[in-house]
Formats: sequence, structure tokens, C-alpha cells
Amino acid sequence: MVEIEQKKKSLGSVVISVERCKGCGFCVEFCPTDALKLSDQYNAKGYHPPVLVSREMCNGCNMCGLLCPDFAIYGFMFKKKKK
Amino acid sequence: MKADPKGVLTGAIFLDGDHACAEGAIAAGCRFVAGYPITPSTEVVERCADRFPLIGGMFIQMEDEIASSIAIQGAVWAGKKAMTVTSGPGFSLMMEHIGLAAMTETPCVFVDVQRAGPSTGLPTLPAQGDMMQARWGSHGDYGIIAICPNSPQECFDFTIKAFNLSEEYRVPVLVMMDECVGHMTERVIIPPADEIEIYPRRYYEGAKEDFLLFKPDKDMVPPMVKAGDGYNIHVTGLTHDERGYPVMTTAAQEKLVRRLVNKIQLNAEKIVEVREDQIDDADVVVISYGITSRVVIPAIEQARKEGMKVGHLRLVIAWPFPEKRIRELAQKVKAFVVPEINYGQMVLEVERCVAGKARVVLVPHGGGSVHNPKDIYNVIYTSVKG
Amino acid sequence: MSEDLLEVDESMPINTVEEFLRMDRMPHIWCPGCGIGTTVNCFAHALETSGLDLSKVAVVSGIGCTGRVAGYINLDSFHTTHGRAIPFATGLKLANPQLKVIVYSGDGDLTAIGGNHFIHAARRNVDMTVILLNNFIYGMTGGQVAPTTPLTATASTTPHGNFEESFNLPYLAESCGAVYVARWTAYHVRHVTKAIKEALLKKGFSFVEVLAPCPTLFSRRNKLGDGLDQMIYFKENSEIKNDADTKTVSLSFQGKITVGKFVDKERPTYLDAMNDHYSKKFGEKYQLYKG
Repeated sequence: MVEIEQKKKSLGSVVISVERCKGCGFCVEFCPTDALKLSDQYNAKGYHPPVLVSREMCNGCNMCGLLCPDFAIYGFMFKKKKK
Repeated sequence: MKADPKGVLTGAIFLDGDHACAEGAIAAGCRFVAGYPITPSTEVVERCADRFPLIGGMFIQMEDEIASSIAIQGAVWAGKKAMTVTSGPGFSLMMEHIGLAAMTETPCVFVDVQRAGPSTGLPTLPAQGDMMQARWGSHGDYGIIAICPNSPQECFDFTIKAFNLSEEYRVPVLVMMDECVGHMTERVIIPPADEIEIYPRRYYEGAKEDFLLFKPDKDMVPPMVKAGDGYNIHVTGLTHDERGYPVMTTAAQEKLVRRLVNKIQLNAEKIVEVREDQIDDADVVVISYGITSRVVIPAIEQARKEGMKVGHLRLVIAWPFPEKRIRELAQKVKAFVVPEINYGQMVLEVERCVAGKARVVLVPHGGGSVHNPKDIYNVIYTSVKG
Repeated sequence: MSEDLLEVDESMPINTVEEFLRMDRMPHIWCPGCGIGTTVNCFAHALETSGLDLSKVAVVSGIGCTGRVAGYINLDSFHTTHGRAIPFATGLKLANPQLKVIVYSGDGDLTAIGGNHFIHAARRNVDMTVILLNNFIYGMTGGQVAPTTPLTATASTTPHGNFEESFNLPYLAESCGAVYVARWTAYHVRHVTKAIKEALLKKGFSFVEVLAPCPTLFSRRNKLGDGLDQMIYFKENSEIKNDADTKTVSLSFQGKITVGKFVDKERPTYLDAMNDHYSKKFGEKYQLYKG
């Protein structure tokens, strides 16, 4: 039997404006796929901005973007390439 | 530009001051009035309520004076000329919003048909006790214009003038009537619309990207725009810069508020208006305004008949105060007699400008009725002889 | 097996919220974990998908933390006096009925000092959308009690606990005649977006209450953790009950929250009633008022 490795393709991603983040944690807590975590890095204000846990987990739903009170993150879905 | 003929009630009509004021507003192009009933001003809004539906105007009786005084400002920013009307207690309630109009440079008209105060006072009887409040009533520093009619005809004419001044200087203008003038009925001549001069709102005409809502261009006055024209304006009562954005610094305060004060103060010579009678040879000058300016006439006539050299200076525009003219006169006259239906308000301005160069005598009156001309005559007599 | 090929677009998509914001005024003044910015996202998305002509949209705020929203929105915006956003908005709307007028302000501003104006605008059914952000406190001035502060909560002017009953705002709005009444929390971002959109497109006095965290004052004084803790409380204690009887949706201190769309009905707006009335009264002589 040949094992076919199922590669999970990510459906979307996020854009994070690191310096705007004030570390409230809304995006991390309420991401429906748990795709975000707080980074170990600090931004200039001393907060830990979010970072993707792994690319494949993000589906680009933009829940984070709607929640973010500082306009520091938004999600987007990849557009399908036309054949 | 000339008045819009739609709505101008051309002719000679018997009107009381309140009704004439409403007709003046209509002739000036006012098509939004928000008000709240308060004696003795109510007839102004009652007439607007009656006349507006058929001339495309909007009248709404708001839930209180505070709502009225800000609803008119919303209407102005939507493009209308707007007015509200009240008396003493309502005038006090409106103070915050008079300050807002001054701060945001919103052109609008506030009519105060003065009655005896303080507090509820004598609702149906005249006084002139709100004159200082007209100048200083809202907190902080700002410039303001106040005009004093003394007849129903002037209620008509001066309300038009008030709208014109408010548009020219982008400032709230106060029409300081009183119960006597408001409730007296006289013949009012309303001219044809093409004889009524209207100052149209000065709208910005340049490139959209260059527009700054609070950048003055002419006489320290910025041009207006209105909501819905795509300028994405921001208007705030906070101290702001030329974009209209709040800036919390002393420098911004100095730049903005000093201009708000100077806008009126440094343009005062263009705004000030007095009516003088027999001043040239006068030893004593009577300074009066509003209804009192009619009450002094028999007193002055009697004094003149007896050979006393008395003149009359009437304040048409009470604020800004005609400082220059009073200072000039103080060099030549012996005394100023200031009758007012209060315990001394505009007299303080006279004293300030006269600066001790002549005598200044107040003829106070408590409110509730006009002076007895005899009392004014007596003071003229002692001022001339003394 | 066939796979759809997925690729990142060459040109990065812009954050569509930014076109609604005065980016030259960012960052805003709201605290970390404050819910106001969250609702602004929802508002921007609602506007975007509403199909409204944005040049005709005017946002009016009062004073307070939520009152600062007007200053950050890149549309015709008016930051008026405390409690008086609604009468200003009434003037705007009645002077130019083509404008879409939105009042965006806080609980203290709209229901304490502004209470009288709130009930009259609802009674008159003036066509406007009122977004009330309820953080149960007067935030800007340091955390004083508001008419929405729940019983027993601590605030700077109720340091020994609040003993006043708080408003049930959906009930108040409905009883005064609002035609659209909804309550959501800042956690329910998609519901808030949808509710704001419905309220925008609804003719008449449309009211959306959004409960939001105030971590610096309400949460801190009442030892409720931070903004995130309050959002989790909203998530775990909210029950969606569309068409609930508004009499039953009052709030208590950290108690159950009823959210949903409670009222969605039809009633002539102020201007419709006026035009109708004068047309009947004056017939041909009356020209419909259009501003």
C-alpha cells in the first residue's frame, strides 16, 4: 500500500500590524481554529502581539479582524487561482 | 443676494414683535426652527409652526430648550438657516450650546425675548436683565454678536440682520428682544423680496483635498461646507486645529480661541451699529437700547425744550459694544445717563469705556414694566446741572 | 486527486476597515481590552455591505469614550455635547432627509443626561440609527456609576456598592416606540455587524445596544479581570432569544444576558407622518417636504 500524504492546504492568512497591538488577547481566545497564539516577542509598547501557530490552521475567516479593538490584525482568504 | 420671494409676506401688516420676528426669519431664508414654549416668546414659534408647512420650512417643538438649541445646529450643518427662540430661563439652559455654536463656528440665530428674572421671575413682563449673560453666558472665551430691536418693525428688520451677521462671521447671533417689544402690535412694512438684502452662506469653492473646515480666509472667518457633500468633515466642541481634529495643547487653544475672540473684536468696527440723535452739541448723552430707547424720547424732548443740551445714543448692536464711539464721546461730554430695565448691566461697559473722563449715571429699573420717563428726565436734569 | 490551486494574491488585500478610519489620528485613545474598537470594526463592515452612499452618511457622537468614535470615523462626523447627540442628529436629519444619520455613543451619554432626548426621538420615530455601547460605567471621567451600572457593582461614585436599579434599555427603547431593538455583546461580532446593518437599512428609530468591556474601570473596580475575561463572560452567559419580550431582558451584575433582535416592526417615521398629515390637511397646496 502506498501512503498518500494528505497535505492540509491553508485557506487564508492574517496580516498583523505588530506595533498597533495592545495585547488584549481577543483574537487568540476567539479564533475558531485556534490558529493564533501570543508571541514571545514584544512590540515597542511592551505587548506580546499575536502570531500564527501554524499557517495551515488559518482559514481566513477574519474573526480576529472583527474582534480586534486596535485594528492590528485582519484575516483574508486566498483567492482561487483561475485555471 | 435678494430674499427668496416664497414666504415673504410683502405689505403693511399689523404684527406684534414676536410675529414680526418670525416673518423676519422667513424673509432671511430661515427654514428650520426648533423651539420650546416659553412666555413671552412662544408666539414666534407658533407663527413658524403655522407658516412653515406651506413654504417648505421645518418647525419642530423639541422636548426642551437644550434640545432646541442643538437641533438648530444639526440643521445648519445639513445646509439650512436655523433659529431658536426663548426667554430668560430657556436662555440659561441654552448657554452650553451657544458656546458650542461659537466654538464650532456654526452660524445660527438665538432670540431671547427678555422677561423679568432671575429664575421664573415675572414671565409676562419685560426686563433687560440678560444683557451681560448674552455676552458672557457660556463658559470660556468667545466672541458674540447681539442686536436689540425696539419695535415690531425692527424685530422684522433686525432678525434679518442677525441672520446676515451670523453668516458673515460664522458665529451665533443673539436677538435681544423684551416682552414689551415682543407683545406690542404696530404697523410693520415688509418690503418686496427683491428689496431685502440677504447674506448667503459662504460655501467653500476650492479643491476638495485642500479643504480645511476651520482655516480662516476672509476676515478671520472660514468658509462653510455641509454634511452630505463628501468632505468627510469633523466638527467637535473640543479645542481643535484647522482640520477640525481635537488637539489638547495650549498652542492649539491659543490659535483657535484667540481667533474666535478676535473674529468679533477686531471686526467690531464693521459690526457695531448705533443710532445717534442730537449728539453734536450734547453735554449729556443718554445711552439706551431696546424698549428703553423709546421710553427716553419724551424725557429728552422735555429736557431739550427747557434748553438742556441732551443727546441720545442708541445701541442697535449691543455686543460688540461700541467702545470707540463711547471713548470719543467721553472726551467731550459731561455725563452719560444709562437707563436700563435691570440693576446695571450695559452701564458697566459704559463706565469701562468712559474710564472716569465723564460722569456715568445708571437709571435702574426692576423689571416688570418700563421706566417712567419722568425718572429719566430727573436724572438728565441733575446730570446737566450738577 | 485533484486539488484546487490556492495562491496568495500578488497585491496584498487592504484592510477594508482603514478606509473608514481617519488613519492620521491613529492610534486611538481606547484602553487595551476596551470593546469600543471591536464595535467600530462591526460598524465599518456593516456600512461596507449596506450599499449606502457613504457621502450621505453622518455620524454623531456625544461625550465619553464611545463619544470619541465620531472623531475616528472618516465620514461627516460630529462630536457634540454630552447627552445631546440625538437632538443634533434630529436637526441634521430633518433639515436634510437624504442624509443617513447614525448616533454612536455611550450608555451614560445617551440614557442619563441624554435620556430625555432618547425617549422623544424614539417616540417620534425620527429616522436614525442609534448604536449604544454599554460598558456599564462612565469610562472617560474615571469610572462613575451610570444608569446601566448593575445593582451591587462598585463605581467611583458608588464606592460602597450601587443600590440603584439599572435601566433595561431594550424595554425602554421598545416602550418609547423604537421600531428596531437589538442587543448583542462585543463578543458577538458577526451578530453586531448584522444588527447594525439591519438597523441602518431600517426606516425609523433603530436601536442597537452592544455590551462591551471596560477593563480599566468597570472590570478593575469590580475585580472582574481584564477585557478578555469580560468577553469570555459575555460568551458564556449570553443566551440568544430573538423576539424575547423586552420586559424580561434586564441585566444583573455578572448574571445571565439575553441577546438577540427583540423588536423589528413598522411605523411611520416623523417625516412620513408629517408629510402624510399636511397632505391630508392642505391637499394640492402642500408640497411634500424633502429637505
